[in-house]
Amino acid sequence: MEKLLLTDETSMNQVFTEKDGYNHVSFLDAIDENDRVDGVAKVTGKAKYFAEYQLPGLTYGVLVTSTITKGKIVDIDTKAAKNAPGVLDVLSHMNKPAVAGYEQEGGSPMKIFYTDQIFYNGQPIALVVANTFERATYAASLVKVSYHKEAFNTDFKSSIKDEKVKKLQGQPPYKRGMEDAYKTAEVKVEQVYTMPVETHNPMELHGIIADWRTNDQVTVYAKTQGVKATQNTIANVFKIPVENIQVNSEFVGGGFGMALRTWPLEIATIMASKQLKKPVKLVITRDQMFTMVGNRPAAYQKIGLGATKEGKITGITHIAFGQSATYENFTEGVVNMTKFMYDSENVNTNYYVIPLDMGVPIWMRGPGEATGAFALESAIDEMAHALNMDPLDFRIKNDPEKDLAQNRPFSSKYIKEAYRLGAEQIGWKNRKMIPGSLIDGSWQVGYGVSIGVFNASRGRASVKGILKADGTLVLQSATSDIGPGTGTGMTLIASRLLNIPVDKIVFELGDSSLPPAPSQGGSATLSTVGSAVNDVCVSLKSTIAELAANSNMDAHAHFTEVLKKNNLPMIEVTKQSQANAEAKNYSMYSFSIHFVQVKVHQLTGVVKVSKVVSVGDSGKIVSPKTARSQMVGGAVGGIGMALMEEALLDNRYGRYINNNFADYHVPVHADVPEIDVIFIDKADPIINPMGAKGMGEIALIGFAGAVANAVFNATGKRIRSLPITPDKILQA
Amino acid sequence: MINFQYLRTTAVKTALNLIVKDPKAVFIAGGTNLIDLMKRGVATPEKLIDINHLPLKDIELVNNVLQVGALTSNTALAEHITVKQQFPLLMLALQSGASAQLRNVATVGGNMMQRTRCGYFYDITMPCNKREPGSGCGAINGYNRMHAIFGTSESCIAVHPSDMCVALVALGAQVVILGHKGERKINFSDFHRLPGTTPETDNNLRKGELITKIQIPINGFNQNYHYLKVRDRSSYAFALVSVAAALIIKNGLISDARLAMGGVAHKPWRLTSSEDFLKGKAGTTANFEAAAQLAMKDAKSFGENDFKLKLAPNAIVEALTIAKSKS
Repeated sequence: MEKLLLTDETSMNQVFTEKDGYNHVSFLDAIDENDRVDGVAKVTGKAKYFAEYQLPGLTYGVLVTSTITKGKIVDIDTKAAKNAPGVLDVLSHMNKPAVAGYEQEGGSPMKIFYTDQIFYNGQPIALVVANTFERATYAASLVKVSYHKEAFNTDFKSSIKDEKVKKLQGQPPYKRGMEDAYKTAEVKVEQVYTMPVETHNPMELHGIIADWRTNDQVTVYAKTQGVKATQNTIANVFKIPVENIQVNSEFVGGGFGMALRTWPLEIATIMASKQLKKPVKLVITRDQMFTMVGNRPAAYQKIGLGATKEGKITGITHIAFGQSATYENFTEGVVNMTKFMYDSENVNTNYYVIPLDMGVPIWMRGPGEATGAFALESAIDEMAHALNMDPLDFRIKNDPEKDLAQNRPFSSKYIKEAYRLGAEQIGWKNRKMIPGSLIDGSWQVGYGVSIGVFNASRGRASVKGILKADGTLVLQSATSDIGPGTGTGMTLIASRLLNIPVDKIVFELGDSSLPPAPSQGGSATLSTVGSAVNDVCVSLKSTIAELAANSNMDAHAHFTEVLKKNNLPMIEVTKQSQANAEAKNYSMYSFSIHFVQVKVHQLTGVVKVSKVVSVGDSGKIVSPKTARSQMVGGAVGGIGMALMEEALLDNRYGRYINNNFADYHVPVHADVPEIDVIFIDKADPIINPMGAKGMGEIALIGFAGAVANAVFNATGKRIRSLPITPDKILQA
Repeated sequence: MINFQYLRTTAVKTALNLIVKDPKAVFIAGGTNLIDLMKRGVATPEKLIDINHLPLKDIELVNNVLQVGALTSNTALAEHITVKQQFPLLMLALQSGASAQLRNVATVGGNMMQRTRCGYFYDITMPCNKREPGSGCGAINGYNRMHAIFGTSESCIAVHPSDMCVALVALGAQVVILGHKGERKINFSDFHRLPGTTPETDNNLRKGELITKIQIPINGFNQNYHYLKVRDRSSYAFALVSVAAALIIKNGLISDARLAMGGVAHKPWRLTSSEDFLKGKAGTTANFEAAAQLAMKDAKSFGENDFKLKLAPNAIVEALTIAKSKS
């Protein structure tokens, strides 16, 4: 049987390696230790997501949302709803259940069910709980709300130039050298780049199951990127001890940043469970995913770029505006990369946010930088064109040797090599300098490149390791896996250090009772938690060596033998790990270079991304298969950002009009071409023991710029407003 | 969604009896659109009469006319040997619609009966004359990128979203309708209607009637044909503009032509004047462009959909060019 299986695998491997371009991660890699540790569970339905927990006596919540954009609730008539079959209760500010943290003054004004104020359209204002989901849904439709309406503003575009609309400083202004030096440059580019609201919309809908039991013991099954963060929020809001709160979130069906905070809808569900003394489940609807769990903010960016005729950048100005909310503020690093990405003496940036009557945004994959990179990298391409230079040569010529914003070296940076490898793989030599001059039948063909960058960080995390005499290792940490393959990466680190096969290692996560770890965000999990895994394994190794020496065993004796000889069923160790002091002397970033080939139909304006090569410069690659998956996923997200994603809000009503998966487009399989991923795979000597830097963000950052640049190369049309849809091509 | 009653029958007569006596009853076939409408509160039927088990799934060729049962799934129709051989234009149109999963359950009759995808129609808090007569049109001064450029009225600029219907109108199909008074037949091009002052009425099917069959005459449009669907992504997206084009070319001249568009009107939009223009002419780019310009007579856009004035003629030229090049 085993032999037969091996034959099958071998033949499949041949099929895959024969196909051009799959040479970097062959199918053989996909069947060895690089497999996702939870891959089988995920594809067989054994992986259990929050909404799948069936607690005894479970009840179901459905939210009622505001249909006005700003004002006050005058009344909520729940009579009909309460009389509907199976309904247990209707919660709202009219009967606000006691929440200790909300009784206090201050804090966010968006205390759910503690205010009659409407801050945006689609705001949750009541929760109907019934004994079935269908009954709760029906009863929710019977809730009648009357409002006092007020004038509102959701119009990001016209607010930018409207002096009456308040703008908040999103980040202190930054200046190096001369301000607006581009204005006096020999060659200059001055342009505005815009992008719309994007929504995270992972396949899994948001929600929570809350089970508030006697003695204020609470268990929740959550969709969260941080079980400890969720635990702390619940403790703060309900003023109960952290130890009383158990947060479970073993599997998460995609997050992209939206599960980085505990949303009011989750607090509402816990309130309901506390009030009803029953477990309550809330899963929001797809249209509610547009309004109550954040979004990538719309952005308006002005870039001024100056260069000498020889192609040396002399000045960069980047002024950005982002959309925010009136009841809470949200800022992100839109202008960050502009400060250090290119070798320019003169750089100035500024970033404002505009509070609008909309739901508050939240970080979305490649937060800030994905927005900023589209503008900066488009402008860089425009400048290369103005100089009649190959954009690759222009980038390389202006690649800085050190971080000029912090005046310190990069911990590691191999982007010149990345440019070279990617260019070779995509066939950059086939690119024409004159836009619109490469034709394939009815299609115009073009090539584009862009860089992506994101801070490579390392936080503080604890991991517990239990090494057992039966040859297995259990690792535990309250970290998360929203999809990148956390468990797989951690298992591989331990496997290599302790020389234990991956199938003998279990990595437990998504449980707030485990040793603390930060939320999964900002591409930091592998670096942060992986370092603690490293330290645990090093410690276990030395303990085993000590035990072996003490019991006169060979230094190379297997740990199972050593434990048995010492009559120990197991040894365990917990280690906390954090960044070393030396890290402060370096700028640590992960980099990506995206190369794309596009085809643009000459009559219909349809754009197809026909080839992708993404090169990752993110230190040592720990888990090749999941790393590649990250880059592929980022490219797919990048195609969406470049060509289709746009949440449309009608400013007359303050409501989204394409709030479903038929109308809010993300790429389908047919939109995704062959994606080739190349890793530089060189260890960063500073960041952590693995030499590995995060890559969840860089997979997406810069991608849309590469597409826009390729579209220009194909057609001579520069589209500065995402997404690049056929109408924009036709009208350009 | 409101509470509703669900009934199922295997007899056509019973189905008609059930619907005629109950004003709040509707038929449900594949349900791929109706269920969405019910979830959003746009449709609030109190009774669903499931017609999936009626004997209306046969496809047969009788006297050179293909008779298609109204409950044939979109997939079954696209894969039928006669459709592949005689009506490949219809096959292409069907395959470009929705997704494989939806096509497997969506029926021919249901495809005709599907409602517009206008965002204002789907949100019961926004104005929409089609959903709530007299409430106004949200799209006319709002997001109307997907909306109509032909046959619009002040009360509605919605489009019919089907691809299949565009091919059927081009192929000159007929619709067989059964009511309690008996059977009647109407031209496919007369089935759907323009919005006028009553946009709430999508088509000329009367209350209590059931579509039983579609009839498509074999007509020789199986050599030079193309269905071009221009959309925002490669699959599972409604048409910005679609074109069904078919030509019969004899001795280098076009002896007959069929042209229809989707995504441009409240109904599948047949371009008869362009067809007439092409007859007897050579299939040159200049002639295709002239035909496309003729098609654009009376086009009117509303801001966000201005691009359709350029896209539509371009798409006609492209579809005709591909159709011609197939021989």
